[in-house]
Amino acid sequence: MPETIPQDSIGLVKSSTFHFDQPLSLDCGEILDSYELVYETYGELNESRDNAILVCHALSGTHHLAGYYSMEDRKPGWWESLVGPGKVIDTNRFYVVGVNNLGGCNGSTGPKSINPKTNKPYGPDFPIVTVSDWVESQSRLTQKLGIKQWAAVIGGSLGGMQVLQWAIDFPDSLRHAIVIAAASKLTAQNIAFNEVARQAIRTDPAFHEGHYYEHNTIPESGLRIARMLGHLTYMSDDIMAEKFGRALREGSINFDYGIEFQVESYLRHQADSFVGTFDANTYLLMTKALDYFDPAASSGSDLSAVLEKASADFFVISFTSDWRFSPQRSHEIVKALHDNDLNVSYAEIESHHGHDAFLLALPQYLSVFSAYMDRVASECTE
Amino acid sequence: MSLSRSDFQVICDWIKPNSRVLDLGCGNGELLQELSINQGVSGYGIEIDDKNISQCIKAGINVIQRDLDLGLSDFDEDSFDFVILSLTLQASNYPHRLLGEMLRVGAEGIVTIPNFGYITSRIQLGLGGRMPVNKTLPLEWYNTTNIHLCTLKDFEELCDKLGIEILEQRAVRHNHKAGPGLKLFPNLFGEIALYRFRKKTS
Repeated sequence: MPETIPQDSIGLVKSSTFHFDQPLSLDCGEILDSYELVYETYGELNESRDNAILVCHALSGTHHLAGYYSMEDRKPGWWESLVGPGKVIDTNRFYVVGVNNLGGCNGSTGPKSINPKTNKPYGPDFPIVTVSDWVESQSRLTQKLGIKQWAAVIGGSLGGMQVLQWAIDFPDSLRHAIVIAAASKLTAQNIAFNEVARQAIRTDPAFHEGHYYEHNTIPESGLRIARMLGHLTYMSDDIMAEKFGRALREGSINFDYGIEFQVESYLRHQADSFVGTFDANTYLLMTKALDYFDPAASSGSDLSAVLEKASADFFVISFTSDWRFSPQRSHEIVKALHDNDLNVSYAEIESHHGHDAFLLALPQYLSVFSAYMDRVASECTE
Repeated sequence: MSLSRSDFQVICDWIKPNSRVLDLGCGNGELLQELSINQGVSGYGIEIDDKNISQCIKAGINVIQRDLDLGLSDFDEDSFDFVILSLTLQASNYPHRLLGEMLRVGAEGIVTIPNFGYITSRIQLGLGGRMPVNKTLPLEWYNTTNIHLCTLKDFEELCDKLGIEILEQRAVRHNHKAGPGLKLFPNLFGEIALYRFRKKTS
C-alpha cells in the first residue's frame, strides 16, 4: 500500500462501465444480446479528439492500466511502469483508455456475470469469444467515447494480437499500431501449453463442468497449476537462474515435498495471488482466444495478403529471450507489413526477462518506445 | 541541411526522386531522412545498433533492427529501386553474398567503401610497416569492425566476378575537396569510393 502516491503515478483512479444493448454477433455463431464493458481513462481528450490511445490487455490483464483505486491499494495498475504523467505513454499528452475484454472477470460481461436469460451466472455457457469479437466490442466503446480515430492502439502479447486485428478490421480508426511481444498466430508449442493449462482446470474435481459457482467452490488446484505453467513460460531460463538459481528456502534439503527451492516458493506465491483474483472460466476463454487467433487463415495463411487492408503506421517490438512470442514471430509481422509498403519500424530489445519483459521499464525499451510516442504525439493537436 | 558525410551528397545526387530505397546499415537515419524530406523517397533502414535505432525513430524514418549478416531473406525480389550500403560492406561477414542480395531485392545498388589503397594507408603499411589507422579507418587492427577491407581495384574485380555492371564510380575525401589527382588516380587519392551498379544484362 502506498503511503503517498508516487509523483510519476497517475494517482487515484476510478473505472466506469458502459452498457450495450445492440446485440453482438460473435465468431462462434452465438449472439450476445446485451453486455457491459468496464474501462478506465487517464488524461484529457483534447478538443480535436485526436490524442486518444487504446491499450489492449493480455491474458491476465485488465482495464486497470495504472494508478491506484485507494490509498489502501496494494499494487498499482499492471502497466504502471509505462503509463502515467511524463512516462512513455504520457497521460499529460494523451487520453489513455484501458478496457476489460468480454469474457473477462474484472467487470466486463463474462462467465461470472448473470445471464439475463437464466438469472444464473453464465459459467461455461458464456460463448467463446475471439480477438476480432473483442475488437468489434472495443470499436463500439470507441464510438461511445466520441473518438473517431485512435492516435494509437497499443498492446503486448495477446494485446498485440488485438492491435493487429484493429489494423485489419478498422484501418481508418487508428493512425499508429504498436505491437509488442506478439505473434500473428500461435505455434503448436504455444497451443500445447494452453491445452495443458486448460486440462489442469477442467480435470479439477471442483470444476463441475464450469458450474463451480453454484457449488460455492472454485477449481483452485487446476487454476494454480495453469498459472504456474503459464508464468514459468513467461520467464527465460536465464532470468530464473539469476533470480532463484538452486537457492533453498531453509538452507538445506529436507527429503520431503514441502517448499524447498526458492523457485518453488515463487511459483506457489504466484499461484496464490492469482487464484484469489482470476476466474477459471475466464482463463479457459482467454487461452482459446489466443489459440484461435490467425487473421491470415482466411487468406490462405498469407499474412501479407490480409494486411493489405491495413493503413496504420506500425511499430513492432520483440525481446530477445522471449521464447513464447519469439522475435521470429515479430519478424513475420514486420515482413508482411513491408511487403505492403506500410510504414513500419522494428526494435528487438536485448533482455533476459523472457516474455514478461514487455511489462518492465527496460532502458532500451523505454528509449525506442518513448521516441516513437513522441512521433505519435507530434501528429496530435496541441 | 548539410550532410555530415561527403559520400552522402553523392548518393543523394544518384537517387532519383520518389524512389523506393533500402538503406543497409542506416546508422542514425540521416541519409534516409534527407532523402525522404528533399526527394520524396520512401523505404526502410536496417540497423543493428540500439542507440542508432532510437535516433532513427526520433528522426521519423522506418528502421528495422536486424543483423545484416543474417541476409535479406525477409525482403522479396525487386522490392526497391535502390539498395544502399554505405561504409558497411567492409564490416560484413560475407561481402560477396551481401552484394548479391542487394541486387536480388533492388534494381540498383549503391555501395560506399573506405579505400584501403588510399595514399595514407599505403604509406602507413608500405613504409611504416603498420596497419593503417586514419580518419576513414580510425580503429586498431585488433578492435576494428572493418574485417573485409579492399582497394578500389579489388572491389571492381569482385564486381566483375559476380556479374555486376558498374554504372558510376566516384572517389571522395573527407574534407569534401576534389582535386585533379583524385579524378586521375582515385585508387590512390580517394579516401572513400562510391559505386552505383546493377546486374549485368546477359
